[in-house]
Amino acid sequence: MLCVATATMKAIGPVSFGGRRLSGRATSVIALVAPSLLASLVVYETFNSGGRGIEVDARIVGLATAVAALALKRSMLVVVAVAAVATALTRAIA
Amino acid sequence: MAQHSSVRAGVRAALPLGPPTFLLGASFGVLARPVMGWLAPIVMSFVVFSGAAQFAALSVLAGGGAAGAAILAGVLMNTRWLPMGFAIGPSLPGRAPARAAQAQAIVDASFVMASHGDGTFDRGMLLGATAVQGVAWWTGTAVGVLAGPALPDPEKLGLDAIFPAFYLALLVSEAHGRRALLAAAVGATVTAALMPVAPVGLPIIAACVGALVGLRRS
Repeated sequence: MLCVATATMKAIGPVSFGGRRLSGRATSVIALVAPSLLASLVVYETFNSGGRGIEVDARIVGLATAVAALALKRSMLVVVAVAAVATALTRAIA
Repeated sequence: MAQHSSVRAGVRAALPLGPPTFLLGASFGVLARPVMGWLAPIVMSFVVFSGAAQFAALSVLAGGGAAGAAILAGVLMNTRWLPMGFAIGPSLPGRAPARAAQAQAIVDASFVMASHGDGTFDRGMLLGATAVQGVAWWTGTAVGVLAGPALPDPEKLGLDAIFPAFYLALLVSEAHGRRALLAAAVGATVTAALMPVAPVGLPIIAACVGALVGLRRS
């Protein structure tokens, strides 16, 4: 059941609107879906507790490290690697 | 026809996500096995193909919830594909069934990597990035189900921190200009506000209202 619902969910958009060009306003709104969704995912992935609710844990350290790495203009691979290492170390010592 | 170079670019871009996706799939396999047996998790990872939905459904089942509630949790988690599908529709060629099939390749990371930032999307990158994650996810689940607790704990390795770091890196590269920053701020705030109170999935879908910033004439 879940697979049918998921597949349908992913398909509805392209099936309804595929191939057609959208108005200028619609395009600018859609272009902003990515930044708002990305910011949302950053928050969700850092603080989610697996169900409803918020959990503050070592992931925050990983996020802070990622921010520092990004400020220093490091590559994607370095950013995620240092985030993982920082989080693992925090869990090991805390 | 998707450009081969952009499919390769998609694969390259998604490679950093391969190992954590694999281990996440493995942890799903390990956790799901006592609840669902060994075959069901593998099938689920293949047809549902969404970590968030699968973990949500598993949490409900493991907590003693009914199958219906588990399905609902998964569906809610997946409703974020709805606006993503609308956004990517104009960039997918072909007739309806072909577009529907291509849309199955949408997963969070692939969607954002495939975005050109102007409202159009690169189909090749979507397919390449999802191929990497798909392989990692499926093999991970299989290994998790079969090898069980012999695998290292992703949390001990800090691997769960890779996803927020990854999305943050993408955000930094994607968010150009004041409107994008505003949309991001709205999205983050909405999600943070809803997470303590709303059911699974809703905080992420609701964040898309940040995109409405685009309605204002600049």
